[in-house]
Amino acid sequence: MRRLKSFSPGGACVAVLGLAMMGYGIYRGEMPVVLEKAINICMECIGIG
Amino acid sequence: MDKRKNTNEWKRHGVQAVWALLTNSYFVGFVQGRIYKGKLKNLCVPGLNCYSCPGAVGSCPIGAMQAVIGNWNYKFAFYVAGFLMFVGALMGRFVCGWLCPFGLIQDLLHKIPFPKKIKTFKGDKLLRKLKYVILLVFVILLPMFLVDILGQGAPYFCKLICPAGTLEGGIPLVLLNKSMRNALGWLYAWKNVLLLITIFLSVVIYRPFCKYICPLGAVYSVFNPVSVFRYRVDKDACIDCGACAAACKMQVDPVKNANHRECIRCGACKKACPSKAIH
Repeated sequence: MRRLKSFSPGGACVAVLGLAMMGYGIYRGEMPVVLEKAINICMECIGIG
Repeated sequence: MDKRKNTNEWKRHGVQAVWALLTNSYFVGFVQGRIYKGKLKNLCVPGLNCYSCPGAVGSCPIGAMQAVIGNWNYKFAFYVAGFLMFVGALMGRFVCGWLCPFGLIQDLLHKIPFPKKIKTFKGDKLLRKLKYVILLVFVILLPMFLVDILGQGAPYFCKLICPAGTLEGGIPLVLLNKSMRNALGWLYAWKNVLLLITIFLSVVIYRPFCKYICPLGAVYSVFNPVSVFRYRVDKDACIDCGACAAACKMQVDPVKNANHRECIRCGACKKACPSKAIH
């Protein structure tokens, strides 16, 4: 049986890049913006605002 | 074969339901008509799950992305985009098939009997590109450029389109809060019409929101071909019987492309394969 490729190095690189971007976003203070939006009822999301 | 297929499908629905419960485990919110305000909401969940759902303990990545892009101070959401890249690069659209509460709702709706279920139609392939347009226009461009006097953009996808927000957040909160009931207007009516259309179409067509509208599915779909965990077809074992393509409700042929952008990794093709050629 032909050996199947079981690992995607490209995917792993993109995952690492994603982690780096997350880190940069947290470093520049994006997380509090997310939290602020999420802990208050989003009037637009529920169709009132 | 059918019995085995159904057992596998219900196992998947079990995982979807457990995940939906875990990520919406602030049960007191459903009783008191309020939402969770804890620090867990710093974190995004992988699926489409409105953060104004009374039970939600995490943030919806699409809502979070619009919140940061629409903020005058940032204009690009590295944190959320990085999160989506990370999850997408690991799993691709596995999230759609296994971890999205709105996907589960559509799966269950499609089990309702209907005289004529529609598998595909003329223009189906073209319409599937609509989700990329919605991602670009309503999630990125409008919150970035259509801003108020303070430079703040609204979450236009959530506001004008998202039926998940209406179902998970809008309806329960409005039912539980008199003050909100007094504030209802055309937007609430519009969003409920969209929700009703989505519900009806989900009975007739398999996962219409995922196929044509969902910007989160659009993001993850880009990573399907490169994701770490993905399908592989053993061409030596494949007998070209077409059982996998016939089993796929997203109309993907795994033999032609095992990691097609529309594949939600539900596993139906694996179960249908008589020669166990899909891994």
